[in-house]
Amino acid sequence: MKMKGAKILLECLKDEGVEVIFGFPGGAVLDIYHELPNYPFKHVLVRHEQGAVHAADGYARATGRVGVALVTSGPGATNTVTGIATAYMDSIPIVVFTGQVPRALIGNDAFQEVDIVGITRPCTKHNYLVKDETQLPRIIKEAFYIARSGRPGPVLVDLPKDVMASTIEFTGYPKSVHLRSYNPHYHPNQKQIKKAAGLIFESKRPLIIVGGGLISSSGCEELLWLARKLKIPVTSTLMGLGAFPGNDPLWLGMLGMHGTYVANMAVNHADLIIAIGIRFDDRVTGRLDSFAPKAKIIHIDIDPTSIRKNVNVDIPIVADCKEALIALKNEIEGYIKEEEDLSERYQSWRDKLDAWNESHPLTYKKSDEVIKPQFVIEKLYELTGGDAIITTEVGQNQMWAAQHFKYLKPRTLLTSGGLGTMGYGFPAAIGAQIAYPDKTVIDIAGDGSIQMNIQELATAVWYNLPVNIVILNNSYLGMVRQWQELFYHKNYSATHLSYNPDFVKLAEAYGAEGYRATRPDEVEKVLVKALNSKKTCVVDMVVEKEENVYPMVPAGASLSEMLLV
Amino acid sequence: MRHTLSVLVEDEPGVLSRVAGLFSGRGFNITSLNVAPTLEKGTSLMTIVTEGDEQIIEQIIKQLRKLITVIKVVDMNSVKRVEREMVLLKVNAQDHYRAEILRIVDIFRCKVVDVSSTEMTIEATGNSEKLSALINLLQKFGIKEIARTGVVAMKRSMQLV
Ligand SMILES: Cc1cc2nc3c(=O)[nH]c(=O)nc-3n(C[C@H](O)[C@H](O)[C@H](O)COP(=O)(O)OP(=O)(O)OC[C@H]3O[C@@H](n4cnc5c(N)ncnc54)[C@H](O)[C@@H]3O)c2cc1C
Ligand SMILES: Cc1ncc(C[n+]2csc(CCOP(=O)(O)OP(=O)(O)O)c2C)c(N)n1
Repeated sequence: MKMKGAKILLECLKDEGVEVIFGFPGGAVLDIYHELPNYPFKHVLVRHEQGAVHAADGYARATGRVGVALVTSGPGATNTVTGIATAYMDSIPIVVFTGQVPRALIGNDAFQEVDIVGITRPCTKHNYLVKDETQLPRIIKEAFYIARSGRPGPVLVDLPKDVMASTIEFTGYPKSVHLRSYNPHYHPNQKQIKKAAGLIFESKRPLIIVGGGLISSSGCEELLWLARKLKIPVTSTLMGLGAFPGNDPLWLGMLGMHGTYVANMAVNHADLIIAIGIRFDDRVTGRLDSFAPKAKIIHIDIDPTSIRKNVNVDIPIVADCKEALIALKNEIEGYIKEEEDLSERYQSWRDKLDAWNESHPLTYKKSDEVIKPQFVIEKLYELTGGDAIITTEVGQNQMWAAQHFKYLKPRTLLTSGGLGTMGYGFPAAIGAQIAYPDKTVIDIAGDGSIQMNIQELATAVWYNLPVNIVILNNSYLGMVRQWQELFYHKNYSATHLSYNPDFVKLAEAYGAEGYRATRPDEVEKVLVKALNSKKTCVVDMVVEKEENVYPMVPAGASLSEMLLV
Repeated sequence: MRHTLSVLVEDEPGVLSRVAGLFSGRGFNITSLNVAPTLEKGTSLMTIVTEGDEQIIEQIIKQLRKLITVIKVVDMNSVKRVEREMVLLKVNAQDHYRAEILRIVDIFRCKVVDVSSTEMTIEATGNSEKLSALINLLQKFGIKEIARTGVVAMKRSMQLV
């Protein structure tokens, strides 16, 4: 059938199962927007293209499906770069469609022309410029396949305007993909699995570390089996929070720079680390030469480049986490004798960890006078019972959200870990709320970060999204101030936000509800109002100004050198 | 250590920049890079000479394999191989130098491919060490211009250990 390129694109997206597109129009994508109303997609009109990409990313993290964004050429395209890099660093599947000037003008510095394929090459998993309109369906099929398979990531497709406007024969959306050079490796090598099981049974002090890869593989049930069957303690990276229930007795809390004392001590004393879908980021390992000094390491990761990039491992397993855990389960079941009481196995190790946890619990100095940010997070957990999707901005707010909320299920914490993008949390919350209109979605924000994408209040209000923004307002770029306090002689250069807008009035101006609390006894009341409201809410929590995030491992120090409260 | 990598790629417009960008973005070295089409339509072979310890070379190979447009990567250091590079050299060749230059050309089995009353252009092929030795020897006459192809490599048919 003959069809316009723009229609072919939308037909393909429909067949791909796309339901939501986050976008912002412009000249180069007019043909697409012209056809869009004839299709059943929900199009979410944002107020800034960065918001569209973060929202698509939040949608993807919350659902596990591929998020989609659509923007125009030139400035529309460049505005997506931060969002794309954010998704890239955290391995999140999104497909971004950008408009491009007509093919004949490419390279001529045409109006709103930019080489977005060149710009995003290092921060996409792959990208395409559609030069031949007959290849459009194949490219779209590949884009979605590449984005979601293997180690997921963002894919960009650049669409010249004349490709969208031309009429060509459309023979349907391809059923399958043929990529000679791309074949993700899902199944583990059985020999490695055997060795891993052997090591687990030899070990006296095993520790499981889980990361974003486990969530992305949907292998959390399989992890539960492994951890609970053998009673092995579990910690996780920031990106792995929610993969293991935060209220389980085996849970140690997050590890790394702002990890719990017990989790970091566990790494230091373990004789075996089972690392599942983590990439040993420097925020996790601290100084590399003193990381896990006594441990052998089993590392499951689908991406060979993650293995031995930073840390030497004894048993690399290149595979999907879920597949590897299933294989490991089958193997381990063979080791277990029926009458054996497994709960005794690592008891003395667990006792040691419990003792560390009791001597150095995660804590903070409480106050009746000023609102402690940690207290706000605890209240949020208490009021929601953990049944919420939490997104965060970046900085102290993010770390307190990681430490003091208990994540019970995967895909309930959406946070920019790798790039650390201020301004991520709110648009991501919009994406999550679009996916789950009935869930409680809360962006835990800082007064600095929230101003980076505050314009999306218009989006949230327009689509009646009951997103809650809880600003931990300390009048500082708090995390940077903390570093200045600790490592730069309290020289608070450019970190005091001496002027902030009135967030309550700002919310109201956008048609959202605004609340403020300035004293601890107001916190619960205000949060209850916001959580019960069906509207977009902004809660301005005026908190302790110079509160620090502890524990803290200074950058470059080893995990045992923690600064405590 | 120096490694020679044979990288078979899809011959699409951005591919060179993807590979080059990977090296520059991750701080890997490129000593030399050679690209040319293969017999199979739609593919090119890149020969990259790079430098790094074991862990870095391992990362480079894995990162290359991760690029969607890269079909195959072979670390030529792990096989018996033939390596060759070609160089064109324009040297000063006044009358009183000519005999000596021609002797060197003869010893190194290279060719004179262009000549004028004051200059000679020499074409030489060999492994990198041979070419460096040749260049060293010719330096004293004054090398006016140099153009090297970068290394190309091929696995030997007989892989005796
Ligand atoms: C202010 C700030 C402070 C921070 N402090 C900390 C901290 O104290 N502690 C901490 O942990 N982090 C911290 N982070 C986050 C940190 O920067 C990293 O983002 C995070 O540690 C990475 O988590 P991860 O290793 O789980 O990797 P991810 O980035 O989630 O990577 C996932 C890994 O799993 C693999 N993978 C993906 N899919 C699969 C699959 N299906 N099967 C198998 N493997 C798969 C990938 O190849 C990759 O190697 C902080 C960030 C910020 C901004
Ligand atoms: C886009 C961007 N710019 C700068 C930074 C550096 N940075 C990291 S944390 C931080 C402070 C964030 O302040 P705020 O949002 O008020 O949060 P707080 O730390 O006070 O909770 C800054 C500036 C960043 N992460 N992202």
